[in-house]
Amino acid sequence: MAKKFMYLNRKAPYGTVYALESLEVVLIAAAFEQEVSLAFLDDGVYQIAKGQNPKAVGMKNFSPTYNALGDYGITKLYVERESLAERGLSEEDLMPIVYEDEDDDYAEKPSVQVISRAEMAQIMAEQDVTFSF
Amino acid sequence: MKYTIMVNEGPYQHQSSDTALQFARAALEKGHEIFRVFFYHDGVNNGTRLAVPPKDDRMLQKEWSELAEKHGLDLVICIAAAQRRGLMDASEAKRQGLNADNIAAGFRISGLGQLIEGGIESDRTIVFGD
Amino acid sequence: MAMLHIVNKSPFERNTLKSCLGHALAGDSVLLIEDAVIGAVSGSSVVAELQQAINGNSISIYALGPDLTARGVKLERVLEGIQVVDYAGFVDLTVANEKTQSWL
Repeated sequence: MAKKFMYLNRKAPYGTVYALESLEVVLIAAAFEQEVSLAFLDDGVYQIAKGQNPKAVGMKNFSPTYNALGDYGITKLYVERESLAERGLSEEDLMPIVYEDEDDDYAEKPSVQVISRAEMAQIMAEQDVTFSF
Repeated sequence: MKYTIMVNEGPYQHQSSDTALQFARAALEKGHEIFRVFFYHDGVNNGTRLAVPPKDDRMLQKEWSELAEKHGLDLVICIAAAQRRGLMDASEAKRQGLNADNIAAGFRISGLGQLIEGGIESDRTIVFGD
Repeated sequence: MAMLHIVNKSPFERNTLKSCLGHALAGDSVLLIEDAVIGAVSGSSVVAELQQAINGNSISIYALGPDLTARGVKLERVLEGIQVVDYAGFVDLTVANEKTQSWL
């Protein structure tokens, strides 16, 4: 039976390596036929912020990879509304990440779901394995 | 109970490797099984055999090696994280055209799939990091 | 289906404990390890949040004794209601709770 795996992201990208290497785990995890979701809360919401350009800091922009997650069958990206609001952000500041629903004539659907802290807590409680980064 | 333990920080810099080691020892003492210890991020540095800490300090890399030998633990270093940070076993060093390897006894280098497999196969997955 | 939340950051340096307590559900346990034990000291400014978690939200709070001792915190200074465990107790908590989530 498939387990529920959550990738918990609470740190901003570039300042530390966690966001990038978390994404690398997620891409491998996609091959394992488990139920995968990503959670972005606290500073982690910046991982999927629009308009990232780390060129001048000398790093590679890995944010386009989040747009490819749908092709790997990873379609659940939960973002905490309170974490966005605390940082002066809203859903408009996030990349419009979508996936093609093969059960619905490949209609494009949003992968990002902005949810409340209470809903996030419930989703966390449903997981079998949580990898924290 | 069957455990997978993930260690995400290097030795000495952060306490996570110490905590993971103490947790692993306590779990084994209670008769639990450790399916795998997976080292990721700077945690891969726990697997170098070239560390020479001062004599009055603990030798974390050696302690992991010894615990692995005593209990037959599977200590896995993530290859992608290891390549970034210069952790090599002999075959990987050869493949990369490098003239040295530095992996400690009891550790092996493998892919991230080993971590996911640990999560699938174990009753509990515990993450130690920063 | 209770969860063990593991927190390792001082509440005076990061928002980790606050974030954890904001997501822990009734019946869950929170274990303070490493620098997080600094928050367990009676008289600290996070006492109210911890007491609210324990008494208001039915969350059990634990602190890792070896980490308290390492930092010179006498066990009698630990806030009443927080249970001190050793590494064996840490293992027992991971058995008693079906899931574990680290707040890094």
